[in-house]
Amino acid sequence: MDLSGANLQLDSFEELAIPLFDQLYNFAHWLTQNRDDAEDLVQETYVKALKGFSSFQLGTNFRAWIYRILRNTFLTSRKGLKVTMTVPLDFDEEEVLEPAIEHATPETLLLARLNHESLQSAIDELPVHFREILLLCEVEEMSYQEISDTLAVPIGTVMSRLSRARRTLRNQLRPHLQQEAGLRIARETNHGL
Amino acid sequence: MVCESWKERLDTYLDGELPQEEMGALDAHVRTCPSCSVDVLSRVQLKRAIHLAGKRFTPSAEFRNRIQRGIASKPRRTVLHGWMLAAAAAVVLVVGTLTSNYLGNRSGRDQVFSEIADLHVATLASSSPVDVISTDRHTVKPWFQGRIPFAFNLPELQNSEFSLLGGRMTYLEQTPGAHLIYNVGKHHISVFVFQERSLPARLSDNSDKQEKLSFNMETWSQGGLRYFVIGDASVADIDKLAKLFKGTS
Repeated sequence: MDLSGANLQLDSFEELAIPLFDQLYNFAHWLTQNRDDAEDLVQETYVKALKGFSSFQLGTNFRAWIYRILRNTFLTSRKGLKVTMTVPLDFDEEEVLEPAIEHATPETLLLARLNHESLQSAIDELPVHFREILLLCEVEEMSYQEISDTLAVPIGTVMSRLSRARRTLRNQLRPHLQQEAGLRIARETNHGL
Repeated sequence: MVCESWKERLDTYLDGELPQEEMGALDAHVRTCPSCSVDVLSRVQLKRAIHLAGKRFTPSAEFRNRIQRGIASKPRRTVLHGWMLAAAAAVVLVVGTLTSNYLGNRSGRDQVFSEIADLHVATLASSSPVDVISTDRHTVKPWFQGRIPFAFNLPELQNSEFSLLGGRMTYLEQTPGAHLIYNVGKHHISVFVFQERSLPARLSDNSDKQEKLSFNMETWSQGGLRYFVIGDASVADIDKLAKLFKGTS
């Protein structure tokens, strides 16, 4: 057995994997929605990734590779299986275009006032397939190609699923935005009196 | 409506995934179309908000430590930095010492010293040796508040040859403690602080100096805390840093 090769691998793995630790944990917590499960998921991901590192080709996209391991580990966990069983079969079907903004100017103003907690709750309420793609795109700032590699779906599916995720999020935010608008009007009315 | 075909591509445009020529055309359209420009503004706001709100969860220091040690604690041969090479050489010595200790009658005290050496080496071999990166003791000290069940003082280093690199949480047989890393010349020195009563092995009450494992170590108890100073720096440097710590209370 070539021990120097094994150690070289371990060094490379550590250099590639440790810098992603915080991001992987954040993503795992969003998926599992609790700290203990997130820690288990990240730990299992690192164990699997280290074990399978010999199959990873240096120079290719390590981030997409390890995120894919994390996601697959989640999907095959008890919680992940439960979540995927509730996903409607047609959730990736071609969508009918719907304007994102019905009342553009007020929504633009209100989005600027939207607080973190309301947005985090709305993201939490998204189905897991929408939540994960939105986080990979907006938080991890992955390209469509990286998302495609991570989720093992074609780029066309990445685009349509992202679009649906954003629209669903906006719909979920609407009550918060309307509530914010109501409060704002009330404040302005009181101020005027 | 003319804008419909543009609106369809706004998200792809804002994700930077449109082909170059379409990007230019859409840029030009957005500048002249009030409806699309408001739409773009709203989508950008939402993207920014998700980006910020999405960075919500941070791992605990204990979990980070566990993962890092799980990956970094193994011996290695190929490293990038000179000081890592020194650390790797020390691993071999530590392993050698551990083996001989197992063969002989290994005392609890030696066990603690070996673990301290192990922690020092494993940390320096890690790609991110410290969790709080700062040369300012007034930044590093408060970082430990709430993370470890005690407080301690860091020495003033002005006019000394030492510089603080940062700190991290550490565990010695399930006992939480502080791990600080200092620089002197090209050497790295670790300072570990634990609550004396929480440590499993009874250590010497007085100051104790060890000169084995190819690096030097000094330990003492002060104010209910157990300090360890360890590194491959000279005995004099280890002693100087120990004295600075002893002078803090």
